[in-house]
Formats: sequence, structure tokens, C-alpha cells
Amino acid sequence: MNVLLDHLAEFREGFIGTVLLTLASGLLAMVLGVIIAGFRVSPVPPLRFFGTAWVTLFRNTPLTLLFLVAWFVVPVIFMPGLSPWAKALMALGFYTSAFVCEAVRSGISTVPLGQAEAARSIGMTFFQTLRLIILPQATRTVLPPLSSIFIALTKNSAIAGAFSVTELFGVQKLLSDQGFAIAWIFLWVALGYLVITFTISGLFRLLERRMGVAR
Amino acid sequence: MSSSVLYDAPGPKARVRNRIYTVLGSLAVLGLIAFTLYRMNVKGQLEPEVWNIFNNAGVRTSIRDGVVTTLKVFAVAGVLSLVLGLLLAVARLSEHKTVRWAATGFIELFRAIPLLITIYALWFLFLTYKNGLGVVGDNTAFWALVIGLTVYNGCVQAEVIRAGVNAVPRGQVEAAYALGLRKSQVMTMLLLPQAVRSMLPTMISQLVVTLKDTSLGYIITYSELLFAARTMASNIIVNGENPITAVVIVVGAIYVALCLALAGLATWIERRGRRAKTGIAVAAATEPSVVDGTD
Repeated sequence: MNVLLDHLAEFREGFIGTVLLTLASGLLAMVLGVIIAGFRVSPVPPLRFFGTAWVTLFRNTPLTLLFLVAWFVVPVIFMPGLSPWAKALMALGFYTSAFVCEAVRSGISTVPLGQAEAARSIGMTFFQTLRLIILPQATRTVLPPLSSIFIALTKNSAIAGAFSVTELFGVQKLLSDQGFAIAWIFLWVALGYLVITFTISGLFRLLERRMGVAR
Repeated sequence: MSSSVLYDAPGPKARVRNRIYTVLGSLAVLGLIAFTLYRMNVKGQLEPEVWNIFNNAGVRTSIRDGVVTTLKVFAVAGVLSLVLGLLLAVARLSEHKTVRWAATGFIELFRAIPLLITIYALWFLFLTYKNGLGVVGDNTAFWALVIGLTVYNGCVQAEVIRAGVNAVPRGQVEAAYALGLRKSQVMTMLLLPQAVRSMLPTMISQLVVTLKDTSLGYIITYSELLFAARTMASNIIVNGENPITAVVIVVGAIYVALCLALAGLATWIERRGRRAKTGIAVAAATEPSVVDGTD
């Protein structure tokens, strides 16, 4: 109990760090994921190929390896001098984007065929069909898997703590290295994650209820 | 493919336009690859000496050892997580309130906590009480990793199996009770075989996650593939620097190949199961995404 009270500042910073990292990389993953999903259903073969390659690569690579790439490969080859936070954001965002892409793609396939056919018959282009007709309707079916993807993202962001980004796992590491009882630290850190994941699933359930219009 | 409905069969104009997009898209993808290769070349990562390290017997041995260690952790954790998953699923479906609640609490708690947190806490715990733990004390990082993976993935597998059990038609259970089968018989002879058979693709897809998560051993300095490769790379100096890029590319390819092989197995079993006319429907070979026990 005392561990929490004595180190409230560290816990608070770690908590905020986890929330911010989750939010930022979630946003990046959403943007990338929707774009790549668009690539995967597009009429242009190279873009489809790129989308498939992206998803296959990022879904089958351990996140820890992506963190290694972000830490030791990207600075050498592309841009040196990125902050740890930016590197963690990239690793988490790219990794999660592959899962978002798959969720969006399967959401697209649940929209009734007639919708796309109708859109085409009134002369909409591929891009218009996707943006105005398909994606808004896909949103409903995509929400539940998205919720679990974001919860997974929150949990995955713990790896960033091992790579010296300030967040909750970093707090656990720091305090256990200082010799406090691991059980209590574990409990409080776990509670921090529980708060975030429950908030996410609550928010999504709220969204689902608001979007859940009868077809 | 479902996507073809999004655009018309192209006419002459659209064909020309698509061809232009295809050329532009190809150029963009090729440009991306070329730019990456160019940057790698500029930074001296494509020099023959850098890639020559993989001809070295020591480098090969340490990568092979890393793969073997990763597979060892995966095998032990995979089997244990399936066993734990079965037990937890049965416990969660139990008629006794206390057993059911305990199992539910355990599953919900450990599924909500990041795996890394659990593994690190276990590792720290094992290190602290090293001397009193016997076998575990000799190889703390291994057991922390295995038990962490087992607990987390066991909880997910339990939910998957439970979903399978719930998919078995109620009438079968009633028929079994009418024939005079006991509760345990109904579970072991009727429910679990069908649940496991129908959920096998999903369970294997979760095993892919287990395989990927063995790389968390890197963080508790357990010498699985990733840590072994990283340590090795930092001990080699080629052209004045560590060949981390080359090693990471090779290790990444190994992980992708392993995961794809396992995922391929899941898809194959799914397709095979779809052909069968008997039993309940086979689940899709995707990662389970049950968030909370509301299903």
C-alpha cells in the first residue's frame, strides 16, 4: 500500500505516459489501417500487393522485434535522433495498423452487396463508394473488434516501458529494482492497466449503442 | 473476392486509368524498396562483409540455438496453456458457484494485465526466492517466461474452448443426460471433443500469438532467438560497427516464416473441417477477440 502513496508521482506519470502512448499510437494505427484496408480492396494490383505484404509482415512479426528495429535499425538507416517516444509510437502504430486493417477489411465485406452496386449504378467512383457508402456502414461491425485491438494495444504499450519510455511497466521496473515488494507494485500497476482497458471497453460499448441502428 | 463489387468491370477508359494507376503504384512500391536499399547501401549495410557473417559457423550456431530455445519455450508454454485452458474452461462452466467465480476472476484478471507485467513480476519473484524453488530456481527466466505465457494464453484458450462448448446444441446434452451419462462423462465424451474440434483453428491462431510472445524473453534477458541474436550482433564488429541491421532482418524472416507456417496449419485445418458434414461448424482461423465474457 505504501508503495503507491510514496511514489504517487511516478505512478501518475507512468499512467499518463501509458494513456498518451496508447492514444497517439491508436490514432496512427487507425489512419494507417484504414488507408491500407483501402489499398487491399482497391482495383490497382500493386496497391493490393503492398497492402497484403504490409499486413503479413506486421502481423507475423513479434512486437519486441519491431521495437528492436525502431531502436537499432531505423536510426541507422533512415533518421537518426528520434526520441524514444516517437520510436515507440512508430513501432506500436505500425504493428497495430495491420490488425486494424484486417478488422476494417472484414467490416467492409459485411456491408450488403446491394449498397456498393447501388453506389456504382449512380456513377460513384471507387473512392466515393468506399468513403461515402461502405466505410460509414462498415463502422458498426468494425467497432467490437476495434475495441479488443485497442485493449491489446494498451497492453502492448508495456513493451515500450522496457525500452525506457515513461509508462506503467517502466514504473514497475524502476520500483522493483529499488527493492520494493513486487506483489504490491504488480497489483497497483495492474490496476492502472485495468482502469485504462475498462475505460476503452466502456467507451466502445457506448459507441456501439449509439451507432447500433437497426438495418 | 468480396472487393470486386466495389468497382465495375472496367471499360476502355477505366482500363487505361487502372493501367496508369498500376504503373504509378508499382513505381511507388518499387521506389520505396529502392529508397530503403539505397539508404542501406549509403550506410554500408549492403557490404558483402556485413552479410558474410552468416557464413560463420559460430553465428549460425548461435542463431540455431536461439531458434531451438524459442521453440522449446513455445512447446512447453503451448502445451501447458492448452492444458490450463481446458481446466479453466471446465471450471468456468462448472455448476458450483465458487469454482465458476474463481475461474472467471482468474481469467478476467490475467487477460486484462499485460503479459510483460506478469512475466516480469514472476521473474522478479523467482529471483528473490531463488534458493527455495528447486528446479525453477536454476532457470528463473525460462520458468518466468513459460509460466507467464501459460497463464495469459491459458486464459484466452479457456475462453475459446468455452465458446466452443457453448456452440454445442443443447439437445445433445439433454440426450446424453437422458441416456444416463454423468456430468463428467458429458463433458469429456460429448462437449470437449466437439468444442476442441470446432475451435482448433482459433486455438492454433492463439498459439501463433504465444509463439510471437516468446520474444518477450528478450526483456527479461532470457536467451531466446531475439536476445541471442542481439547479444551476438553486439559482439561482432564488421567495418567498425555492429551488424545489427543484417541480424535483425534475418531473425525477422525466421519469425515470420515460423508464424506463417503455424497460421497456414490453422487455415488448412479450418478448410479441412469445413468439408466435414458432421459436428458443429468449425471456427475461423483468426485470433480470438473476445473482450469480456459477454459473448
